[in-house]
Amino acid sequence: MGLFLLRRVGMMILTALCLTVIVFVLTNLRPNLEKLAKTQGNFRMSDEAVASWLERNGYDEAMPLRYGQWLGVVPGWRQETDQGVTGRCLDGTIAPEAAARAPRFCGVLQGDWGFSTVFREEVSTIVAKRLGLTGKLMLWVLALMVPLALIVGVLAGMREGSWLDRGLSSLSIITTATPEYVSGVILIAVFASSSVGLKWFKGTATGAMDHANFENFFLPVLTIALYGMGYIARMTRASMAEVMAAQYIRTARLKGVSFSNVVIKHALRNALIAPFTVIMLQFPWLLNGVVIVETLFNYKGFGWTLVQAAGNNDIDLLLAVSVVSVLVVLTTQLLSDIGYVYLNPRIRIS
Amino acid sequence: MDPLTPFQIIGHILYRFTPVWFALVLLFSVSFAFRRRLGLYGKLFYSPVGMIGLGLVMFWLFTGLFAPFDMIVTHDPLAQLSGMKNKAPGTPLRAAEAGQYGWYLLGGDNLARDVFSRMVRGATTVIIIAPLATLFAFMVGITLGLPAGYYGDRRDTLLSFLANLILAFPVILLFYLLVAPEIRLTGLPQYMAAALFAFPLVFSAVLIRSRFASQPGKMWLWLIVVLVPLFLVYAAAINSGAPDSAIAFWPFDFVPDDLSILTIFVAVVFVNSPMVFRIVRGLAMDIKTRDYIAAARTRGESPWYIMLWEILPNARGPLIVDFCLRIGYTTILLGTLGFFGLGLEPESPDWGSTINEGRKLLSIYPHAALAPALALLSLVLGLNLLADGLREESLKD
Repeated sequence: MGLFLLRRVGMMILTALCLTVIVFVLTNLRPNLEKLAKTQGNFRMSDEAVASWLERNGYDEAMPLRYGQWLGVVPGWRQETDQGVTGRCLDGTIAPEAAARAPRFCGVLQGDWGFSTVFREEVSTIVAKRLGLTGKLMLWVLALMVPLALIVGVLAGMREGSWLDRGLSSLSIITTATPEYVSGVILIAVFASSSVGLKWFKGTATGAMDHANFENFFLPVLTIALYGMGYIARMTRASMAEVMAAQYIRTARLKGVSFSNVVIKHALRNALIAPFTVIMLQFPWLLNGVVIVETLFNYKGFGWTLVQAAGNNDIDLLLAVSVVSVLVVLTTQLLSDIGYVYLNPRIRIS
Repeated sequence: MDPLTPFQIIGHILYRFTPVWFALVLLFSVSFAFRRRLGLYGKLFYSPVGMIGLGLVMFWLFTGLFAPFDMIVTHDPLAQLSGMKNKAPGTPLRAAEAGQYGWYLLGGDNLARDVFSRMVRGATTVIIIAPLATLFAFMVGITLGLPAGYYGDRRDTLLSFLANLILAFPVILLFYLLVAPEIRLTGLPQYMAAALFAFPLVFSAVLIRSRFASQPGKMWLWLIVVLVPLFLVYAAAINSGAPDSAIAFWPFDFVPDDLSILTIFVAVVFVNSPMVFRIVRGLAMDIKTRDYIAAARTRGESPWYIMLWEILPNARGPLIVDFCLRIGYTTILLGTLGFFGLGLEPESPDWGSTINEGRKLLSIYPHAALAPALALLSLVLGLNLLADGLREESLKD
């Protein structure tokens, strides 16, 4: 088990490294840097001005070197001008004596995630704050989605082929076929539109960042939960139907145990192994939904930050965002594998 | 003229779709009559779920096919008529000229364009790009997944690592990185297209070579017959006459390629391929333990013959089902691209872009975003139901 964990963690680090290299290369392509220079300086900068801006801000060095600086294995760039020294590890322009005392290395390994060019703030502060907001959203999504999906799945799989099964199965197919940007639009139009809708909820969740309540937070939570729910419910149904057809269930029924007792005491526990892994593996998809829903409802969480960073080619922020999302995806995969082993004693990790 | 009542709107819309109804009735009656002889497709007509799914899919397929010939649309999807901005469904035109359709059936959007016509024209983009991109993703996934699953050695480790790498990316980040206009300037999408579009050529070359390995005459004949046209299409597809095109060496550029369409096509294929790879790899690992594979090995068949002519045909059931589901997923991805304003021109009538346009005024004028949203929903739902029907029917025997 220890070796298995070690290998998986090693794989995770390797994946994160490869991904950051890809993101780094793509965001540092020349046209992207020029766009960055223009958004940071002004849009009517001449080509020479762009080139000198890039040089002054250390974007001119070779890409492998700069990736090393971001990682913290290569000393940060420094430039001496008439006013003093500027550089990656330095705060603005400072005197040469002060610069000599500053650390040479400042990258991810030293815990410095860089500076966001869009939000003009430390990347680590932004990511922590935005992740907190998205965490709140995810928590409520899970609290709504998991019980709902399990109930729907168990009820549908309990008596395969019944009308209840057909109805609930159709419902889950419809929710899996509805991407968040469609269900969000429909939900807003029905429940929040000021012209024709029911006006039960608010169409934006900006207020929910500080004071989340049912009125401003339910629609975004529901939108994400609906898309993920269908898939989990279908898996639960399949697993439940399989268990209900097993011999020991028939034995229990023949012994005279009531149907509700058979379902709750005999079938449920075995039927819930498969959905557990499915729920864990849903996380990457939820992340996707979070980006769409946060954009649609203007909830400024992690997904919204991703869109802002990607749209403005904010290199440091984008790298941090991709590291975080890769870790989320791979950690949930790992947890689902481990959980599966604990829940199902027939599986062994070699 | 007076505004239409809701019932009149529904009546007019149903009437506009007349060619589609005719095509659907024809298709269903012919298929139903010959369902015993049509294999898996014919079996669909024994399952109500499959028939509903097929009906929805074919409805949008026919709509998309007929729309470019001015058959269903009521107005030019790009035309802005004065006085029709954000008007409610069923509003009559302010100054209808002779020969012009008198109403905006589903209202006008924020640029005074006809929502109904845009929705109908948007179907064309989807029904061309989604199945084609899915097909390419399958070519890539099959060509790489079969050897990975069959050999299961270092090749598998490497390819699986790459697939997992792409899958670990948040899809939207990947789209932003690949589809941004600045990236297009570097020519990256075209280089990726050159790599990804080569897979159908490689696939068919290996397919033919392994089949006719002992008959060189037939092999060369088939290779020439298949590969020459494929190469012509390939070269024309990756080349572009556009001024900012990175690849422009081919004189016979007959594919009318817009670089923005090529870019989103490549992005969608790139995101889908690793998922297909994983499925094909799993199927290959399962099937290679069967007795008929051992028999083929004993006969001395080459590995590629076993992969393409023994494993692949036996994996077709799950692959066909996944193909249907994946077209739906590709449709969702295309919509996602449009939703974030990536890729196609902002005025293009594809559903994702229209939803993106409409969502800005969603709480006041919901109709502009609602029409394409419901269209996308019904198409994806149809594909899901179709896949369900196919799965049920293929499991029966």
